[in-house]
Amino acid sequence: MFDEDTIAAISTPLGEGGIGIIRLSGNNAVSIVEKIFTSPKNKTLSGLRSHRIIYGFIIDPSSQKKIDEVLITLMKSPYSYTKEDVVEINCHSGMITLKRILELVLQSGARLAEPGEFTKRAFLNGRIDLTQAEAVMDLIRSKTDESRRIALEQLQGGLYEKITKIRDKITEKCAHLEAYIDFPEDEIETSSKEEILESIKIISDELKNMLKTYEEARFFREGLATAIVGRPNVGKSSLLNALLMKDRAIVTSTPGTTRDVIEEYLNIKGLPLRIMDTAGIRDVEDFAEKEGVRRSLKSIESADLVIAIFDSSQALTKEDKEVIEKVKNRNTIYVLNKCDLPALINEKTISEYIYDRTKILTISAVNGTGLEELKEKIFRSCIKDWPEEREGVVISNIRHKLSIEKTISALERAASALTENQPLEIISIEIREALDALGEIVGAITTEDILNKIFSEFCIGK
Amino acid sequence: MFKERDYDVIVIGAGHAGCEAALAPAHLGLSTCLFTINLDTIGQMSCNPAIGGLAKGHLVREIDALGGEMAKVTDKAGIQFRLLNLSKGPAVWSLRAQADRVLYKLEMRKAIESQRNLDVKQALIDEIIIEDGRVKGVVTSLGIFYGARAVIVTTGTFLKGLIHIGLENFSAGRAGEFPSIKLSECLRNLGLKMGRLKTGTPPRLDAKTIDFSKTETQFGDDPPPHFSHSTEKITNPQLPCYITYTNKETHKIILSNLDRSPLYSGKIKGTGARYCPSIEDKVVKFAERERHQVFLEPEGLETKEYYANGIPTSLPYDVQVKFVRTISGLEEAEIMRPGYAIEYDFVYPSQLKHSLETKTIQGLFLAGQINGTSGYEEAAAQGLIAGINAALKIKGKEPFILGRHEAYIGVLIDDLITKGTKEPYRMFTSRAEYRLLLRHDNADLRLMDKGYALGLINEDLYKKFKEKKELINEELNRIRNTRIKLDINKTESLEQLLKRPENNYEIIEKLCPSNKSLSDEVKKQVEIQVKYQGYINQQMQMAERLKKIENKKIPEDFDFKKISGLSREVLAKLEEIRPENLGQASRIPGITPAAISLLLIAIEKLRKGQT
Repeated sequence: MFDEDTIAAISTPLGEGGIGIIRLSGNNAVSIVEKIFTSPKNKTLSGLRSHRIIYGFIIDPSSQKKIDEVLITLMKSPYSYTKEDVVEINCHSGMITLKRILELVLQSGARLAEPGEFTKRAFLNGRIDLTQAEAVMDLIRSKTDESRRIALEQLQGGLYEKITKIRDKITEKCAHLEAYIDFPEDEIETSSKEEILESIKIISDELKNMLKTYEEARFFREGLATAIVGRPNVGKSSLLNALLMKDRAIVTSTPGTTRDVIEEYLNIKGLPLRIMDTAGIRDVEDFAEKEGVRRSLKSIESADLVIAIFDSSQALTKEDKEVIEKVKNRNTIYVLNKCDLPALINEKTISEYIYDRTKILTISAVNGTGLEELKEKIFRSCIKDWPEEREGVVISNIRHKLSIEKTISALERAASALTENQPLEIISIEIREALDALGEIVGAITTEDILNKIFSEFCIGK
Repeated sequence: MFKERDYDVIVIGAGHAGCEAALAPAHLGLSTCLFTINLDTIGQMSCNPAIGGLAKGHLVREIDALGGEMAKVTDKAGIQFRLLNLSKGPAVWSLRAQADRVLYKLEMRKAIESQRNLDVKQALIDEIIIEDGRVKGVVTSLGIFYGARAVIVTTGTFLKGLIHIGLENFSAGRAGEFPSIKLSECLRNLGLKMGRLKTGTPPRLDAKTIDFSKTETQFGDDPPPHFSHSTEKITNPQLPCYITYTNKETHKIILSNLDRSPLYSGKIKGTGARYCPSIEDKVVKFAERERHQVFLEPEGLETKEYYANGIPTSLPYDVQVKFVRTISGLEEAEIMRPGYAIEYDFVYPSQLKHSLETKTIQGLFLAGQINGTSGYEEAAAQGLIAGINAALKIKGKEPFILGRHEAYIGVLIDDLITKGTKEPYRMFTSRAEYRLLLRHDNADLRLMDKGYALGLINEDLYKKFKEKKELINEELNRIRNTRIKLDINKTESLEQLLKRPENNYEIIEKLCPSNKSLSDEVKKQVEIQVKYQGYINQQMQMAERLKKIENKKIPEDFDFKKISGLSREVLAKLEEIRPENLGQASRIPGITPAAISLLLIAIEKLRKGQT
């Protein structure tokens, strides 16, 4: 908490604003961002003068894939809000992009800021005067209350229970080790190295499985950004209406504070579909053909899922082919609509252009044929390993995700130290670190808890 | 009231805490008086005749590195020494000694009586006199007043001590000794919050009646290792201990007599320690265990008395005899003294500062079992710190406080005053966050500079220490900078070679020995520091971060109520403990990170407002 480490957070309200900002503050702000930034003119952030802007891309350093086109502002210490080096990444908003970039920043060495921490640093570094200190405290308080409330909400359901269970398992291992260390003359049954390794593996596998849900949970939490594309008159709005009417599940989110545009959500088996550019779809029939296609194509770029619609009663047009070309490399479902009319083309026609035939299906938006199958395909398109028995346990909060990652890596270090025959008190350091990391989610575990476990499990007392 | 002379420091009680508490200020030149109910029980080991063991052995080494007496006396009185936990890593190796109870008392008394500036008197102290929130002196049961600028209370189990054997009970400080009744009332009247704890001892047996051939023999290490940095060699003859076991028959007898146990009939109200349960508790709580260990420990070289460690009990005498005689080797055993449980008053330690001075009364220090701890070593450690701080206070100097990253003593005191305790507190290595730093082997490297600066380490010993330190550093440098050829185009430093898991210092002696003659101690130190360097560095970094927040001091008169937005629970905790710095505050159970942020801002605000 008092480390001179670098903190980061999204500092614009979450939503679909024009731009979003991720702010970093601390000694390593520049070097952290450099790890995930590339400039077309090969400019570097460290070469930039204070209070200047640099244009470029955020990339995922592991895949070198571009994440977003950004402008980066640099404010060097002491001429910044916190009096530390501050870097602000201005990106194309959208929660998904913002969170993805934040994750990259955190993976590159920054720590997620505590509520009010930028302001706190500003105060501690003498940037804010005394009269403002109260305001800082109010801020921390309110943000803390807010995040506590949010955390509480997120901890409801199976997550708390699950993490507590895992933590108890680790505590038990830890108590075993500690009892063995601290009571060499008591008759304490020890686990063999293999047994400890085995249980570490079981525990970290369990945690890894939980982590998998994070990506998928993102869709449940933030909605699946879905683009419905196709040339005019293939039946985009009738499909939308069919899906809506069937489910009576349209949700109109509150405009204003959180989102600048109204979006419509479709609920598919509990998975919210955020239909992108719905206005475009609804109005597109009135537009000139070219304009309609242009608008559809644009939304493809940022979608999690693309539904490409074709009219099976007509031959494939040049525009249809253009659509296929554009969506080919995206997560796409190809829908042949109007099967209630005599068919001119079929699934085979489309399959000549793409590899995966399972992604094609035939429906009629008018009489409802194939709609259930479509919904199943939509659900499975992004939610691949959604085990039925997951008891509603989903990791949806980035803090939780980070804590679990920390736990896993501590457990892995414990396992490798064990394999190297390091002494037990070293293994115990790592296992305690794992406990601390999980403790960040469900509350800290103390030495006292470990001792309690020892005294209840082992008959100690020479 | 007869007024006797004034002292700088008065210590009440001459147990393990009291002896260290009296020696330190006298050593530092202050006139000191040590009061004991009985001159013949100075340094009495009231429980088992052993010093050290896991974490406790670490404490003894630390006491020695700071100039305390316990290690030296143990080395002189020790009749068996064993380094425990050798199968594990160096951080949790720990030395334990069996001591001759009589020799220990004699050696400690010798040290006390030969200490300049230190008087020792037999008297029962009934009252501590306070004026304007400041200690003035003490009054004995004969009505004699002694003036003092600081008073250290180290009364162990004597405050309202109540001994239980079966359903019988009687007032006593220890078996056969007077309790201290009025002093307990006095402390209560001074506004200190007090509670009640319980501890117990096993029966002592006559060796003539024990068949040792039916037991396992456990010898000490040969040659015997020693505790003190100043000891050259252990000279006492060494004795073994013996191990035997309880059995189903033993357990049956105990279970069928629980109605006569003060523990199970509700007579005993005090809380006992879970790590030192009575045999009644073990048999009830761990019913599935078919046997429990019994260690037969010699009480001394010149006595037949054996301490039956592992079966502390408060069952009636006839039941004790009956169950003891079911144990292999003890079929004919005669009990010389029965086991008993004792309840006593203690002061909730959260009322103390890190210096062990009470928060409310200037110059009143508490150390040892009165603070809710158990164990000779825990007591001695506190006694030493209280003694040092009483002296520093009188000299107008800053208190001497050890951090959690510096010593088990630091962990002990910080735990006590920050978290309090509900059962007799014993040190475990698992209580220390920085276990790899707080090793048995490096107690001198951690603390002797401090002991010397305080004035408690003599020049000769300090010179010896400096030389050792120098040799370690030279050797570390040498092996870092010496490279040897492994094959034609590959060289490696000796350090890298030593780091490999399969190697120890022998590899260096074999390949490229130092031209200096290095002691085993130095070699071992080099080996440990190199082999665990990565982990040690990691813990040092953690310790650095800790230091940073420990440096954020909270003014003594700070008004926590002025911080708006703290929950009532958090505020109550802060006001109760009154943490001295932000680090301590963060360790109080139930204090949230957000509360720490608020506190940090509030104290920064105060600091900036003042400048």
